[in-house]
Amino acid sequence: MTIQQIEDEIVEEFSLFDSWDDKYEYIIDLGKRLAPLDNKYRIDENKVRGCQSTVWLAAEYKEDGKIYFTADSDAIIVKGLISMLIRVLSGRTPDEIINAPLTFIQRIGMTTHLAQTRSNGLLSMVKQMKNYAVAFKIKNSQLQ
Amino acid sequence: MQVAADLQKGLDVYAIREQFPILKREVKGKPLVYLDNAATSQKPQVVIDALVNYYTNYNANIHRGIHTLAEEATAAFEATRDTIQKFIGAASREEIIFTRGTTEGINLVAYTWGRQNLHAGDEVIISGMEHHSNIVPWQIICEEKKAVLKVIPVDDNGELILEEFKKLLTEKTKIVSVVHVSNALGTVNPVKQIIDAAHAKGAVVMVDGAQSSVHLDINVQEMDCDFFAFSAHKLYGPTGVGALYGKKHILEAMPVFQGGGEMIKEVTFAKTTYNDLPYKYEAGTPNIADVVAFKAALDFMTETGMKKMRDYEHELLAYATEQLEQIEGLKIIGKAREKTSLISFIIDKVHPQDVGILLDNRGIAVRTGHHCAQTLMDRFCIPGTIRASFAIYNTKEEIDALVEGLKKAIKLLV
Repeated sequence: MTIQQIEDEIVEEFSLFDSWDDKYEYIIDLGKRLAPLDNKYRIDENKVRGCQSTVWLAAEYKEDGKIYFTADSDAIIVKGLISMLIRVLSGRTPDEIINAPLTFIQRIGMTTHLAQTRSNGLLSMVKQMKNYAVAFKIKNSQLQ
Repeated sequence: MQVAADLQKGLDVYAIREQFPILKREVKGKPLVYLDNAATSQKPQVVIDALVNYYTNYNANIHRGIHTLAEEATAAFEATRDTIQKFIGAASREEIIFTRGTTEGINLVAYTWGRQNLHAGDEVIISGMEHHSNIVPWQIICEEKKAVLKVIPVDDNGELILEEFKKLLTEKTKIVSVVHVSNALGTVNPVKQIIDAAHAKGAVVMVDGAQSSVHLDINVQEMDCDFFAFSAHKLYGPTGVGALYGKKHILEAMPVFQGGGEMIKEVTFAKTTYNDLPYKYEAGTPNIADVVAFKAALDFMTETGMKKMRDYEHELLAYATEQLEQIEGLKIIGKAREKTSLISFIIDKVHPQDVGILLDNRGIAVRTGHHCAQTLMDRFCIPGTIRASFAIYNTKEEIDALVEGLKKAIKLLV
């Protein structure tokens, strides 16, 4: 599946919920089920800036030419959001990540609910994931 | 039943609510429950009207013009100064300086009094429950002057340990700058005792009144503080304006803060002489409209009745404390003997941010996080709290809605 297709899939899943209570319940559930982060990644360099909760985000570039993300947060809703970002962006090439539209965030209404304040850091996470892709791409081009 | 009970207490909360237009709005399809009053309070119609009236009828620059509008604007601006003087019990109107808010008031003192009076090895004392705005200005000036910043520790109940303060206080102490009421805990600090002890050692005292000015009766002469700073927006007034009180003889001896128009007597390229108090510290065109509306806010409070407001706020605090304590896993942070209507708490296994998001989804506005008091959060070894802070327009039904919202949030999150 392409990134676009996965984004569409998430949007469709969210359309099944009648209320924001249900949407949050789903996001919280995603957060609870996110694969645990290896302790070696729980370091200051992997912290994403956010005012209230701490997010650790690690990226690994594997031999298949794709980037794999793992992450964690002390706040569960943020963790649920990360889980969705990982579903969309993990296991993709740097170019795919850099060009990912990520319109699903807006389409599921997340931008109106979690306004773009410094408190939730959703946009910081997206930015950080794209930064990793850019960094790996530059590194690759230097190696070649 | 509720209406009758409130009337008996003296404050008709439903009549008060009618005066705050924003309380009629909905958030996320639910009636707004605004419990973030320690961050900023909502504004009554009289304050909004004062702003509109100023711009509609007599907007002009003050002090300079001789035309009618300028005279009207100047009169309204200066009338606010008189009202503040009475409101905080200052000896003279020259002791009231308009600022952008509490933060600017503290910075003004650090940059003027501090720059003149602090020298290498001198000591500045603050407390362990300061807002960042009463930490950082002192760190900056201490670093510049090679002075030392000392901190009064906080006990487990969220009270200052006065015995430790007395040990910190020495002949080297030049200024003590302490918060009157903690924005993160609601603790009312014994400022009178702190001031008397500091004065006995020859130090001056600055009181951060950002939170106290709306909840306590302030009398700077009785308190005997040397400086007192507060912001209009926490007292049902507009944002972007506040006042700094300083004892006249201290303000007169201090160097100027910002240079510009208004603060000068005479300017030549060789030398400039400065204006008298309070204008010496009010460079440039001030925030006239908001200063004018500040008076409307203070008048609103005085007319509502200070005692009535205090009693009602205490009733809300007692009710909220009792209700919140019944929630399993909830722990109140800050159990000082004397508190204003603010409750900070944490919940077992739950991050404050998650609770804040889920409450917002029910139209309930609380504050979550470190409340710009990271050092205090470190003291309690927590990343932050959930804070509900109450104003005179809040009701017990709203506290019930908070409790209900919290229970639902916990059920989802744990």
